[in-house]
Amino acid sequence: MIHAAFLIPILPLAGFAILFPLGRRLGNPLAGWIATAMVTASFVVTVIVFVALFQHAPAHREFTQSWFTWFGVGRLRVGAGLLVDPLSMTMAAFITGVSSLIHLYSIGYMRHDEQFPKFFTYLNLFVFAMLMLVLADNFVLSFFGWEGVGVCSYFLIAFWFERDDAASAGKKAMIFNRIGDAGFLLALFLIFERTGSFEYTTVFARLGHVGTPSLVAIALLLFLGAVGKSAQIPLFPWLADAMTGPTPVSALIHAATMVTAGVYLMCRINPILHLAPDAAHVIAWVGAVTAFVGATSACAQNDIKKVLAYSTVSQLGYMMLAAGSGAYVAAIFLMLTHAFYKALLFLGSGSVIHAMEEDQDIKNMGGLAKLMPITGITFLIGWFSIAGVPPFSGFWSKGDVLENAWAVTPALWVIGAVSAFLTAYYMGREYFLVFMGERRWTEGRQVAGVHDHGSAAHDGLHPHDPSWHMSLPLVVLATLAALGGFINLPFHPNFVFLERWLDPVVGANLLTTHFSVGQQWLFAVVDAAIALTGVAVAATVWRATAERPALEPRFLFMAWFIDRGEDRLVARTSTALANFTATVVESRVIDGAVNGVASLTRWSGERLRRVQSGYVRNYALGLVAGLVVLVAYVLVRAGS
Amino acid sequence: MTGSTAIVASVAAHLVAATGIVVPHIDYTAILPELILLGGMLLVVLVSALSPRPLPTEAYATATVGIATASLISSLVLWRDVTNHGPFTAVADAVNVDGFGVFFLVLISCILVVAPMLAAGHLRREGIEGCEYYVLALISGSGAMFMATANDLVLIFLALEILSIPLYILAGFDHRREGSGEAAMKYFVLGAFSSAIFVYGIALTYGATGSTNLAQIAAFLARNVVTSDGVLLGGLALLLVGFGFKVAAVPFHMWTPDVYQGSPTPATGFMASMAKAGGFAALLRVFVTTFPTLRSTWQPAIWVIAILTLVLGAVVALVQRDVKRMLAYSSINHAGFVLLGLEAATARGVAGSEFYLFAYSFLVLGTFAVVAAVGGRGDDAHGFERYRGLGRRQPVLAVAFSILLLAQAGAPFTTGFFAKFTVVAAAVSAHSYALAAVAMGSAAVAAYFYLRLVLVMFADVARPRPGVVATRAATSGAAAPAGRLDLAAVGFGGGATPGRAATLTAIRPTEVAEATAAAGMVGEATAKADGPLVVVSPWVATGIAICVATTLVFGVWPQPLVDFAHQATLIF
Repeated sequence: MIHAAFLIPILPLAGFAILFPLGRRLGNPLAGWIATAMVTASFVVTVIVFVALFQHAPAHREFTQSWFTWFGVGRLRVGAGLLVDPLSMTMAAFITGVSSLIHLYSIGYMRHDEQFPKFFTYLNLFVFAMLMLVLADNFVLSFFGWEGVGVCSYFLIAFWFERDDAASAGKKAMIFNRIGDAGFLLALFLIFERTGSFEYTTVFARLGHVGTPSLVAIALLLFLGAVGKSAQIPLFPWLADAMTGPTPVSALIHAATMVTAGVYLMCRINPILHLAPDAAHVIAWVGAVTAFVGATSACAQNDIKKVLAYSTVSQLGYMMLAAGSGAYVAAIFLMLTHAFYKALLFLGSGSVIHAMEEDQDIKNMGGLAKLMPITGITFLIGWFSIAGVPPFSGFWSKGDVLENAWAVTPALWVIGAVSAFLTAYYMGREYFLVFMGERRWTEGRQVAGVHDHGSAAHDGLHPHDPSWHMSLPLVVLATLAALGGFINLPFHPNFVFLERWLDPVVGANLLTTHFSVGQQWLFAVVDAAIALTGVAVAATVWRATAERPALEPRFLFMAWFIDRGEDRLVARTSTALANFTATVVESRVIDGAVNGVASLTRWSGERLRRVQSGYVRNYALGLVAGLVVLVAYVLVRAGS
Repeated sequence: MTGSTAIVASVAAHLVAATGIVVPHIDYTAILPELILLGGMLLVVLVSALSPRPLPTEAYATATVGIATASLISSLVLWRDVTNHGPFTAVADAVNVDGFGVFFLVLISCILVVAPMLAAGHLRREGIEGCEYYVLALISGSGAMFMATANDLVLIFLALEILSIPLYILAGFDHRREGSGEAAMKYFVLGAFSSAIFVYGIALTYGATGSTNLAQIAAFLARNVVTSDGVLLGGLALLLVGFGFKVAAVPFHMWTPDVYQGSPTPATGFMASMAKAGGFAALLRVFVTTFPTLRSTWQPAIWVIAILTLVLGAVVALVQRDVKRMLAYSSINHAGFVLLGLEAATARGVAGSEFYLFAYSFLVLGTFAVVAAVGGRGDDAHGFERYRGLGRRQPVLAVAFSILLLAQAGAPFTTGFFAKFTVVAAAVSAHSYALAAVAMGSAAVAAYFYLRLVLVMFADVARPRPGVVATRAATSGAAAPAGRLDLAAVGFGGGATPGRAATLTAIRPTEVAEATAAAGMVGEATAKADGPLVVVSPWVATGIAICVATTLVFGVWPQPLVDFAHQATLIF
């Protein structure tokens, strides 16, 4: 059944192809249902292919499905085809699975939006591009998907483009990603120059002839792409701004799937990283620092989604830390569990935002747990998962990452552990401010039959759990977030399902750790203690009050002023340079030259036309003058 | 038939033999295209003279198209002979039947097929009867053909005159036109002047080489090194002046704007294509095949002339306010491009020039045909204002005109693009980089004035603003179907209703009455279309369609034409 793999990306593409011309006619909610059905069908196909792949022997779990030659120039041949192996299928499975749930959720969430069909058109296109990214059998096709998700991300961040902040946030995401994409492109050129191919299998087979400096360059350039896409330092500010998009978009693109593309890429090129340990170290350290900066920044945010955004930055940092350490399984493991609990948290926050009628400030919330039991409980599970409270999934995946970080160098572990404490703390802060404590909003009377969302003329709020479209995904994701850790339990080689599954792809280059069972238990206990301390601190500090300015320094609220610093250093200088070229170089030098030539031409035309007097005698004179010059010339030539 | 011809020929031979003149063997098939034109011309004159009633101009046009088609077919037969059996000379080595010559026979036949169609509508509109236009065109065409195939300087001179004299008459053909007589007179005087110079050039060349036969001159120059070559080079310079005058190369171009502007517009289109085809055919043949040994001398001269022609044509066209005058300068610019191929003096360059002339002939015929139609009755409304809003009133005509103009500017997917491309590429491959750069610069300048005309046609004029419409209203008045109104300017308020049109104020007082009389009709026409409708007769429409089709078909698929030009050069 593996040959059915082509359906996995094609089904969402078909959804896009249907919705793009017909979406408006199909309308609300039919367009949403079609989109959801397409992605769910894609998920079903993925599961079938997954199972089929599982039935092969581990060494034979790699299939290439060539479609056609995409383009060819000289000795360059770029094909379009799929690489079906455990890594790509793992990615495809969780992408389609989480996408299906978020599509379903969006039917409820976007119910009152006028652009409902357009939203699902973009969403399906995004899923297609994301699947091409992970399923492609060569770098160029992956880059196609990479750019595709980037453009969909742009469309969806700026979905409410009438709002200035949304429009500029979309632009910002695009520009930051451009910087990374430049690195990706340069890496592509270098890869082709060194190996003569773009196909993953061929490139990896020829790495022996490439030479370490080139490998380091390729790895770091690809990592630059990953830094942009996966919001690592210093290219992360766009992700916080990207929260202006609709919340399902934040959940799907800016938490669960697209932003993990960089991590996927690092795992995919594990043979290169293995041969370029210097580059791997850079990746690990950038990841660790990103985890810490993201976690600290999340502690001081007041926007319910901004907290989650910086949390995502931090978690992506963990994944990069794992990938840079050579712990690819841990990276993928964290990516999976993170997809579950972060999607859950975002969807939960979307549910809260709906209930609060578009107010996103957690300082204006409080005491919602009783009014919104499903949202409250599932959010709690999400919090415990991300915090790493045993036995929720985050405990296992983050524990795996930290253990491997220790094996590389304890310094990385320390940064990771501190960030882990902060993670438990800032999510606790958010939970308490939103769901516990006193109600810092005015309650309105529930008027029967009147249920006007988004109307300014209401005299208070009446929060409640959302419709089943939105609740069902919460429940499913909460279950996955709680139990997701069991796909890769430590302690016994029989339980590390994920590691054994991914072994054919990454096994050869995996970091080998030599911890005894006792040491592993020690790590587990320490992790659990850190998580529980964070939870406890959050509870003591934030249970009673919402105002603790000392714990929310402006430095952290501004995310270490990195965004502003980049704005001052890079953006303003480039703007100044652009202004200079526009006003001086362009309008004076270039336009001046062009206009000058034009005036000169016109001027000489005006002068020359005066020769045309209309008198035959003058014309004859001109003819004779030409003759005289010509004869004089040939006579001079004749003498020589 | 053949028997009687043989008898006549033998009788003639005997008669001539009696006088002691040696009569050369005449291979009639070798000059059949020319003979068809001349014979057809005689038939047309005969029919015209014998017919009891004046025949409609369309009848003569049909006959001319038929004659030209027959000539085209016989030219193609010659082409087949030449490709199969190689080039040959005929009529005592005076006529050269080779690929190069036959290429021009085909081109000239094509011009003669299209030109009568374009003239028919014009002559009908202007109420000019008679067969003279067609007869003169056929004579001129036969002269151009002889020029293209001549292998002797004397024959070239004769052909030049056969080509030119009908053109002088055509320039003054419409005697009622104010500028026509002046144009004809100027053209004739200056043409005679340049012919004299040309003949003197032939004399000097004969003096230096002892022959007027091109092949013998070339052979002489190949055998002998002329130590004192002042006479030869002087002859060469004089020949160049004669040719330069014919093809309107700077500085021998000065007649062009006045003559092009003054001549009846279809005649302008005809002379622009025919004179350049014939003139360049002889110029290329004489310089490239007869005087290749003197290339180092004439190449710099051509270089300078080409640059002057390119630049002056483009730059002065820029400031013209009369479309015909602008196109006259634009044709000077085109001549500069053809000179590029001569300057390269390679097979590639000559092929490029041939391609250019082929493309140019159709472009210029079609362009002037549209100008003639837009010029309206009287053929005198050639200002830019006349074209304002044409794109909205008559989109098909405007689009056709735009295609022709864009092709002249060298826009891709037209023959104009490939024409410019081939000659510039030839210049580059001959290392004439500066010349190629100047040519492309001049094309950029030229694009401006072509595009300006296109822009004028398609610019939005849906709501004329009061005070700005004066000149436009003036031209609408001038072209009103009521008659020829020579209004200089008419104040015409924003609203285009007949009532308001009646408040016209003419600048020239004497014409107030006439203007007021026509006001009703002017207003009506203006109200409907914001300008006069251009009447395009089916004949003219067909002709323009052929020109546009050629431009587009060979623009998209130039290979056959490129191969034709290339092969013509190979045999030559």
